[in-house]
Amino acid sequence: MSDVLLRHKQRRAAVKSDVILDVQELKVHFPVYGGFLQREVGTVKAVDGVSFQLHEGETLGLVGESGCGKSTTGLAILRMLPITSGKIVFEGVDITEHDPRQMRPVRRRVQMVYQDPFGSLDPRMTIGDIIGEPLEIHKLHGNKAERRARVMDLLKTVGLRQDMIDRYPHQFSGGQRQRVSIARALAVEPRLLLCDEPVSALDVSIQAQVVNLFQELQEELGISTIFVAHDLAVVRHVSHRLAVMYLGTIVEISTCDELYAHPKHPYTQALMAAIPVPNPVIEAGRSHQTIQGEVPSAQHPPGGCRFHPRCPHAMPICKEQTPKLLPQGSGLVACHLFT
Amino acid sequence: MPDITETSLIILPASIKRPNAVSEFFVRLFREKPLGAAGAVICLLFLFAGIFADVLAPYGYNQIMPINRMKPPSWQFWFGTDNLGRDIFSRVVYGARLSVIIGLSAASLATAISIVLGIISGYLGGRFDMLVQRFVDAWMSFPELVVLIVIVAVIGPGMFPVIIILGGFLGIGGSRIIRSAVLSVREQSYIHAAQSIGAGINRILWRHVLPNVLPPVIVLFTTRVGAVILAEASLSFLGLGVPPPAPSWGGMLTGSSRNYMYLAPWMALAPGICLTLVVFSINMFGDAMRDLLDPRMRGHR
Repeated sequence: MSDVLLRHKQRRAAVKSDVILDVQELKVHFPVYGGFLQREVGTVKAVDGVSFQLHEGETLGLVGESGCGKSTTGLAILRMLPITSGKIVFEGVDITEHDPRQMRPVRRRVQMVYQDPFGSLDPRMTIGDIIGEPLEIHKLHGNKAERRARVMDLLKTVGLRQDMIDRYPHQFSGGQRQRVSIARALAVEPRLLLCDEPVSALDVSIQAQVVNLFQELQEELGISTIFVAHDLAVVRHVSHRLAVMYLGTIVEISTCDELYAHPKHPYTQALMAAIPVPNPVIEAGRSHQTIQGEVPSAQHPPGGCRFHPRCPHAMPICKEQTPKLLPQGSGLVACHLFT
Repeated sequence: MPDITETSLIILPASIKRPNAVSEFFVRLFREKPLGAAGAVICLLFLFAGIFADVLAPYGYNQIMPINRMKPPSWQFWFGTDNLGRDIFSRVVYGARLSVIIGLSAASLATAISIVLGIISGYLGGRFDMLVQRFVDAWMSFPELVVLIVIVAVIGPGMFPVIIILGGFLGIGGSRIIRSAVLSVREQSYIHAAQSIGAGINRILWRHVLPNVLPPVIVLFTTRVGAVILAEASLSFLGLGVPPPAPSWGGMLTGSSRNYMYLAPWMALAPGICLTLVVFSINMFGDAMRDLLDPRMRGHR
């Protein structure tokens, strides 16, 4: 009960407080080379005009099917990919044009948790060295003893035993590694945490534990988080707001409750309908509204609304005009049904 | 795999550390690769012969005994004597020292060059990589020995020029192998993680990339030792290596031993057998190591 109250309080606080990250019309296009001379023959529009704001202490879930550009959006915010156009404003500073040197202080404030718990930890380093590395890089907790003490602290925070500090990643299970990854991200006390499908590589039972850990940490530390995932059940658990992506664009952003209760965009509706219901009796009685066809190529996205070839409500205007993200209820929707 | 340990957070006691990789390696070497193990033993024997040459050799390497010229192998002179009356066994033992020194130092130099070139070129990629790799291509298309002969002819023979030339030559060619290992490590997400944390390029290259390409580095080093010893012997055979009277195996094969080949075949036989044996052993050991440590490198030299 108190848990619910706390989240509610936080959500209200989040609405009032400042914008920590402002992404404006972000585009990330990858050139495609082909032919005999390896000339540029086209571009994959992985992210094509994404805008959203993230508030202090808020968790934004970024969902969509594989290839919709949700991970790319995350990496672009971290400036790990070349940005084609658009703007990323972090803590009031435009970091779109920052060079690596200018990015360094920013990297301290933004940390990332990766999808693959087996690849994201250097197999030749001990857990202590891995978690301590960001401290070393950003020259926090200067000497070795202090760093070690801080790492011990962090291990405790993420629910690992402190005597594990001198072990190597291969001695840990997937869930434990992901805890190490989280501890590394928390080491420098970031303001923004980017989680790129942090639980999708884990067993379902372990997923729940790691998701709970995320939730606890959020409540205690109030870090703004972008949570990229394709598992809607997981995202619902941790997010305040949700952004649904389709083929490089955001089709709908709304608060979690609103989006699950009243999905507006036809794509969101189809996604929600695809969530299985745990009760087999209800599940059997449900009519499944599945989306027809496949996701079109991001190299040649359909004109107008990108969802129109698969949309059950497609109208003539959908082929002509790209719908804008417009306020609808408590969120924003990009669909001609509402214009 | 159901993960029971996770829920209770009980894991193995701390005393169970990472299994000792080195001892594990040698156990596997003897069990799975007997030929490689034999190679390792012979390599060690020659290494010891080189290190303790002063103790092992019954005579000096340039100790001339005119009464004992061209004596066949006997209990007094195990491998016989040469046309000047020098004990060939002693010379072979001292020759092992020379081969060990040249082999290890030139191979170290070669490996160092390969590491620096391979890691930087592989990690940076793009235009720099392209430039370096075309240079390596061009370099490798020259006939090795001819280039060596030309360079030695210009700067003169001696141990140091030989080490530097062989080290540089093999180092540039070997950078390919390190580079290909770096290319796969570069895409690992722990490298991305290091970048996103804000690690500088130096930290990423030497703290993250290098330790993770170590297996091919070790293999490369071993095979290079054999290649260097052989190359030095070839140069000495042509009179361009370490100048006499230093007892180089290659040098012992040429000159007077060729003139007296029918009269005293043991003069050439002893260093020839040693050379073949050492290079063969190193290659066997290197191949076994490559199979055990890094199966990707099969087929490379």
